[in-house]
Amino acid sequence: MASPEDLTGAPASLYAARKGVYPKKVDGFFRRLKWAIMAVTLAIYYGTPWIRWDRGPYAPDQAVLVDLAHRRFYMFQIEIWPHEFYYVAGLLIMAGIGLFLVTSAVGRAWCGYACPQTVWTDLFQHVDRLIDGDRNAQLRLANGQWSIEKLAKRGLKYLVYLTVAFWTGGAWIMYFADAPTLTHDFWTGQAAPIAYGTVAVLTATTFVLGGFMREQVCIYMCPWPRIQTAMMDEKSLLVTYKDWRGEPRGSVKKGQAHPGTFGDCVDCNQCVAVCPTGIDIREGPQIGCITCALCIDACDGVMSQIGRPRGLIDYCTLDDAASEKAGGVAQPVRKTLMRPRTLLYLGVWSAIGAAMLFSLGQRTRLDLAVQHERSPLYVQLSDGHIRNTYTLKLRNMEARPRRVAVTVSGLPGAALWSETGSRGAAGDRIEVPLAPDSVTRVKLFVVAPGGGPARQDFTIAARALDRDPGGDSETIQFDQPEPGQ
Amino acid sequence: MADLDNQTPTGGNRIDEATGTSTVGHEWDGIEELNTPLPRWWLWTFYLTIVWALGYVILYPAWPMIDGATKGALGWSSRGQLEQELAADAKRRAPTVDAIAATDIVDLPAKPALMQAAVQGGGAAFRVHCVQCHGAGGAGLKKLYPSLTDDDWLWGGDLGSIHYTITNGIRNPDHPGTRTSQMPAFGRDGILEPAQIADAVSFVRVISRQEKPSPSSARGATVFETNCAVCHGAGGEGGRQVGAPKLTDAIWLYGGDRDSLTATINQPRNGVMPRWGERLDPVTIKMLATYVYSLGGGEKTPVAPTAKGQGADGQP
Repeated sequence: MASPEDLTGAPASLYAARKGVYPKKVDGFFRRLKWAIMAVTLAIYYGTPWIRWDRGPYAPDQAVLVDLAHRRFYMFQIEIWPHEFYYVAGLLIMAGIGLFLVTSAVGRAWCGYACPQTVWTDLFQHVDRLIDGDRNAQLRLANGQWSIEKLAKRGLKYLVYLTVAFWTGGAWIMYFADAPTLTHDFWTGQAAPIAYGTVAVLTATTFVLGGFMREQVCIYMCPWPRIQTAMMDEKSLLVTYKDWRGEPRGSVKKGQAHPGTFGDCVDCNQCVAVCPTGIDIREGPQIGCITCALCIDACDGVMSQIGRPRGLIDYCTLDDAASEKAGGVAQPVRKTLMRPRTLLYLGVWSAIGAAMLFSLGQRTRLDLAVQHERSPLYVQLSDGHIRNTYTLKLRNMEARPRRVAVTVSGLPGAALWSETGSRGAAGDRIEVPLAPDSVTRVKLFVVAPGGGPARQDFTIAARALDRDPGGDSETIQFDQPEPGQ
Repeated sequence: MADLDNQTPTGGNRIDEATGTSTVGHEWDGIEELNTPLPRWWLWTFYLTIVWALGYVILYPAWPMIDGATKGALGWSSRGQLEQELAADAKRRAPTVDAIAATDIVDLPAKPALMQAAVQGGGAAFRVHCVQCHGAGGAGLKKLYPSLTDDDWLWGGDLGSIHYTITNGIRNPDHPGTRTSQMPAFGRDGILEPAQIADAVSFVRVISRQEKPSPSSARGATVFETNCAVCHGAGGEGGRQVGAPKLTDAIWLYGGDRDSLTATINQPRNGVMPRWGERLDPVTIKMLATYVYSLGGGEKTPVAPTAKGQGADGQP
């Protein structure tokens, strides 16, 4: 171990305890924006499962539901089946490109306003202020001796943390089952073990990550800040301290105007005090900065008090920072946001969205998939006819029972029957009843006179026998022995 | 750790000006490494994983010994878990299996749900016991084992007949119930002259519509009437009491061309099938019969039960 006198300065320990962050209350445009976004995102998260959506008697009436047991995903009018999972992949791609778009246009806005870690950290920090008081009171309490008061406040605080965390986990499971039923079952002990397990895990993670880890998640755990750096350029908005305006720093007594003999920064440390990740923005862009802009609010407040223009700390691109430093002016915001790169992202993002909407509008709700029985490929019958067997998967994606007719075309002399029929009653079509919102498997026997080519393409079609004319067909092979065998 | 640091070639650490953090002393092409301490929760997480691992080693089989591994305090084993799951599955299937056992096989088709379960169970058993000869889909093997998917049956294709065949086997020695018959070796044993056999072959190929009538086939008709009709029927329509194949259709187990037919008459093969009644339990055999029946060639149960194995010649 190095002695304290050792000028090489090796640290006393390999491990550092977290330095507490006790952000000060602040008010201003960005703080209000943050409140508004928090309210909207939390309302969406907690409220969405309770929205009802009438889909008829055979499907659940929850607007947004991930029905893992029945392999369905409901989102308002849209219903996704497992074989249509590419829509979910499309949504994920849109989310990815959306992040590129947002990051290239307004920097780490996701981190600062919409990331769940940010939203819940903000919520928990507000709980801190509610129970322990503002920054100074929190610091006093944290550094003070254990007392009845401290014990009571800590107990109450952790109880509120736990309650918030529990509601967070509780809301999550509502997306996977009918919310009112699940709520009832959950409290009467009848819900599935996985429900209790999920709530327990999410309660624990929310409690730990939101209550204690906070900015450490952003700085040490999250890969996103590292990736984001690659997506930003000198035209992306950053929270920037304008050192050419602020330095050198001086000090001004409370209530006084700025004398103008030094830079605008009066070293009041308000920007540090309000920062939820505990950084000093005046040291330049850094990984701990989530661009939530609370320091802008704080600094603007101080600038107004001492009679200097606002915007000593401001959203600013690197290009603008350079031009302002050189005595020029910043570009208008419109030009910052609308540039080839962002427009390209916007174009790709919209194109994928439009393609998905078009495809959703075009898709049929009666789907046919045919599988040719391979073992045996064909069966020779005693009268010389050849029989091939197919397994049909008929998907009725509508929430009502239907009947479909299955026919074949392109195979001369063909007759067909299903496992419930027999060759004696074979005809040119079979009719299959389909249960609502379900997949029906049918074994289809197709018989044709022998002597044709060894491999012949023909078409199996399924057509709904009701007012909906939609249907589906598939081209598949009919096999028979080579002539002369 | 300072000891380790002091061993570096640069002989000591300096404070990095930009960050105020000391360097560890390593340098690569002018790039130096900062000695930033890890967050302490990282250390605690590491300790937690050790505690977890210790608990795991105590609770579960983990430590290799000379004859196996330590048992673990919970007594868990993958084999034991499999047994539990198998037992649970057997319990789950018990009502269906009991219902199949209690139902006469000819009544199964009238109960679709039960029939479906039986076909599924039979398919599983088929894949274990029958595919070796009859193929994965029951297609058989040309010149060796009959196809079970077509509409031609040597001993009958209704549920009762299939069930009987599986239970008792075919030409299974030392069992009185087995299906048995023997086609004489007309050529090898010198019952027929080669010319007579050639004529009989011509006749069989005429009644199966593979050849046009000829003088040879006219002579063959007489040979057939004398030697073959007793089993294969006057018109070659076959006889299921003795498993004599129908000779007028397009399906030939051992081949329908001249060479194959000649070989068959010279020295018939008389295939055998094991008697499964002594190897499998009755419910499995019942399910196997329904599966074979469902492959596409199942026939209706004959109306008169007295004519067992006969009749029901109509198309399936």
